Amino acid sequence: MNAVGKIKPNARPFYQKYSAGQLKEALRKMYLIRRFEEGAEEAYMRGLIHGTMHLSIGQEGSAVGATMALRNSDYITSTHRGHGHCIGKGADPKLMFAEFFGKEEGYCRGRGGSMHIADVATGNLGANGIVGGGLPIAVGAALAIKKQKRDDVAMCFFGDGASNEGAFHEALNMAAVWKLPVVFVCENNKYGMSVPTERSMAVANVADRASAYGMPGVIADGNSIADVEEAIDEAIARARRGDGPTLVECKTYRTRGHSRSDRNRYRTREEIEEWKARDPIPHFEAELMAHGLATEAEVNAIRNSAEAEIAAGIEFARLGTDPNPAEVTRDVYSNEAA
Amino acid sequence: MRELTYAQAIQEALAQAMDADPAVFLMGEDIGVYGGAFQVTGDLVHRYGEERVMDAPISELGQAGVAVGAALAGCKPVLEFQFSDFATLAMEQIVNQAAKLRYMLGGKVNVPLVMRFPAGSGTGAAAQHSQSLDAWLAHVPGLKVVQPSTPADVKGMLLAAIDDPDPVMVFEHKLLYKMKGEVPEEPYRIPIGKAHVARKGRDVTVVATSIMVHKSLEAAETLAAEGIDVEVIDLRTLRPIDTATIIGSVKKTSRMACVYEGVKTLGIGAEISARIAESEAFDYLDAPILRLGGAESPIPYNPELEKAAVPQAPGIVEGLRNLVRGRL
Ligand SMILES: Cc1ncc(C[n+]2csc(CCOP(=O)(O)OP(=O)(O)O)c2C)c(N)n1
Ligand SMILES: [Mg+2]
Repeated sequence: MNAVGKIKPNARPFYQKYSAGQLKEALRKMYLIRRFEEGAEEAYMRGLIHGTMHLSIGQEGSAVGATMALRNSDYITSTHRGHGHCIGKGADPKLMFAEFFGKEEGYCRGRGGSMHIADVATGNLGANGIVGGGLPIAVGAALAIKKQKRDDVAMCFFGDGASNEGAFHEALNMAAVWKLPVVFVCENNKYGMSVPTERSMAVANVADRASAYGMPGVIADGNSIADVEEAIDEAIARARRGDGPTLVECKTYRTRGHSRSDRNRYRTREEIEEWKARDPIPHFEAELMAHGLATEAEVNAIRNSAEAEIAAGIEFARLGTDPNPAEVTRDVYSNEAA
Repeated sequence: MRELTYAQAIQEALAQAMDADPAVFLMGEDIGVYGGAFQVTGDLVHRYGEERVMDAPISELGQAGVAVGAALAGCKPVLEFQFSDFATLAMEQIVNQAAKLRYMLGGKVNVPLVMRFPAGSGTGAAAQHSQSLDAWLAHVPGLKVVQPSTPADVKGMLLAAIDDPDPVMVFEHKLLYKMKGEVPEEPYRIPIGKAHVARKGRDVTVVATSIMVHKSLEAAETLAAEGIDVEVIDLRTLRPIDTATIIGSVKKTSRMACVYEGVKTLGIGAEISARIAESEAFDYLDAPILRLGGAESPIPYNPELEKAAVPQAPGIVEGLRNLVRGRL
């Protein structure tokens, strides 16, 4: 960890606000996400699970930084690249694996799979297979919060590509005009599948679009959990105060391909390596140790415990119950007679 | 009993639903002080305030998604589309989200929303403001689709729709808004998924939807004078379809016609015909099934063309006469 010496002694607010225990828990979540996705990838390669999946490896800083300050009663809407958001909001990786394996024990009883995994009990209103699909839904959840006079927020994750959908513009406008408690979190990983943002947007930043809707647009370093959390914290506070929505753009990068079928033809190896060197996990570890908030031994123990939990989760999922094909139409309606 | 128009019956249902449950709210374009494009919400904004009768930006996709999110989070939104044609802008949220969220999340959520769609031709509004897209939405598992044809039915079915834990799409024919009929004052529910025998008859079963129920009843009166006794079934719900009532009727009459305004091909008539062909009623048929549906064209502007594009009573009379007289 040669970065250790570079950390300034006067710690930024993020390191003062949270206890060492909370910060280490955040690191553990980042590891859980990383190992969850690596485990899922491996299970896929070994033919244990099918379909496709979108890995967020490299984006854990924004997933955990954004969800850290949320309460259980706050909502999130997520995306096709949503494993990190789901774990960040409090889901149990073993039940996510069970979903991946298509088992009854899974969060969606095997009906949803990777693209729809959500632990509703922790306020996750769903990952989404439709680019931009979650944006208006988050606005609706925030409208309900306002009507019910709660001080919760709805956090809406989406990608840079999604900001080119009409749904994005309609959702931001409505949230702003009704001053709803939404925190829009754009994870700008530079590409919508293969198309770079420079070729899909005429503005430099997604955050620049916020001004068209009369809301603050803030840019954070998505690979720094501290930078993300501080930007989000302000947005959450603003939303809870009743001052309306904020758009936070987290500049980040996915080091894996878009999905299982990606051959990485649209970017260079150098670019990938450059971003791998900015991996949010070692970056956070280095800062924790530089501030004396964690020792190397503790960091190793966190990593090991996350690994053990993931391995146990995969075992749990493998032994799960397969759904009964006769129940294919179950849960289409609330009242099964319909 | 006191009479209300179809539009007034809807408004009364909306008011009674809001009185009964603070979670119910209305959203749509110009439904506030303007009163709605067809004056359905009328002065509700003055009685319930802008928070419960919400004018939304002209963002159909966004509004549909807001309704989904609010429903997930404990509200009961009733969304008015200004014209049913604009459902095409909101298909993403209706078809991919509202209809599927419960299923995709393993039954852990429900989406109790209602969308109201002023539909149909006859107003000279031409191709983009006159469609009947009910069968589109009825194709989607997870949605319920109703098409009430009378003031009494629309009140009862709308209240049932608002009670329902799942998304219900309500298609309201624009020409019915001014139709008057007896409507009980107290709140009541008419179950979703139950057809109604609007006229009993022996010789032929007509399965009709929405305004075509009235045109079919008109045709039935004409034919009664010729000694042809027509049974008219008002389907009322497109999903789930009340197959049992139709089968029972066809076994009695041995002839069936389907009359609907949506485009004939791949419309509701195809589904009903197939259900009869698949059922024990098939053996009872004495004649081929007749489908009278909308023309294979957009709805035209010219009034005569517009009438020609959807079934009218004289055409229904002729079709049924030929069917019963064995001239098909
Ligand atoms: C409406 C819609 N269009 C296209 C797709 C196919 N698709 C899935 S993800 C994706 C790229 C999305 O880019 P972005 O929003 O930046 O998210 P990222 O994948 O980079 O996380 C595309 C084109 C889709 N799922 N939905
Ligand atoms: Mg992207």
